[in-house]
Amino acid sequence: MKVEEKAKNTQPVECEAPNMQDSSDGLLKYLIIGILFGGIFVKAEIISWFRIQEMFRLQSFFMYGVIGSAILVGIISIQLIKKFNIKTIKGEVINIPKKEFRKGQIIGGFIFGLGWALTGACPGPLFAQIGSGFTVILVTLVSAIAGTWVYGKFSDKLPN
Amino acid sequence: MEQFIEWITQPWPWYVAGPLIGLTVPILLIVGNKSFGISSSLRHVCAMCVPANIPFFTYNWKKEMWNIAFVVGVLLGGFLATTFLSNPDTIVVAEATQQDLAALGITDYSQLLPAEIFNWENLFTAKGLLFFVIGGFMVGFGTRYAGGCTSGHAIMGISSLQWPSLVATIFFMIGGFLMTHVFLGPLMKMVGF
Repeated sequence: MKVEEKAKNTQPVECEAPNMQDSSDGLLKYLIIGILFGGIFVKAEIISWFRIQEMFRLQSFFMYGVIGSAILVGIISIQLIKKFNIKTIKGEVINIPKKEFRKGQIIGGFIFGLGWALTGACPGPLFAQIGSGFTVILVTLVSAIAGTWVYGKFSDKLPN
Repeated sequence: MEQFIEWITQPWPWYVAGPLIGLTVPILLIVGNKSFGISSSLRHVCAMCVPANIPFFTYNWKKEMWNIAFVVGVLLGGFLATTFLSNPDTIVVAEATQQDLAALGITDYSQLLPAEIFNWENLFTAKGLLFFVIGGFMVGFGTRYAGGCTSGHAIMGISSLQWPSLVATIFFMIGGFLMTHVFLGPLMKMVGF
């Protein structure tokens, strides 16, 4: 049991989206998808600290509309992929890693929520904010990377 | 053409932005069997730069470079949209939010982020410590502990009907509500707003 647990801890946690299927992929297409995605963030002002404040103060429907409709489109898309057995452009079967429940989703989720309301940004908008010229957010990003590192360092000592 | 430019420089409504963001899920799956997620990129940066023999960071990050390309794209997209398609008018924020924020000392709506908080002069002050250093740390620590952020859990996870992601999302929101309604006021007072 002990050995097994140790082995488990040395592997990346399985809900980290282990997209290890192919490495030979060109990166350009992901860059382009990212550009479009970042553009949407800016154009819909999702990167705005004010929008996040409106959301957590329940004073605007905007962010609920964004996240809700994104989820709706995501659900329909994945159902269609499953129903019609749609493959990737390379003909692979589409694989969606299962997310196992861990205490981290509660404790970590809560800590992230606190930070989200302060910074007004989840990780995606952080990158778009920097691109938009808010260069001081580089500090926030470095700090977020440091937070990730500290989690990794102590992950086996935290309740999981 | 002029009308198009006027339309595209306006802020986009939620029913345009939301579905487009949602489409990222099937696009990444079909293009390369990738699960949408952004906070993992922070982990890959750790694995690339300072793995320090920590098991959590010793994996083949080269296979995850797509995620880094994606977030570099997000940064570039932010730059391009701001440079070429930016909205000439100031941001419209709910009246009630403006009143609440005025009580906290935030009144500058000339940019998407309040200039009172997000500027380099604040870096080595208590304000900077709270909003950049502590805020950023909680975002990085919390998302990794939770195994994902708004994209990986709230959008990708719930879209694939995985209940642990719904739990994570509920706790993102609880943390956010608590910070906004309970801690933010006293904290901002403490750091000198």
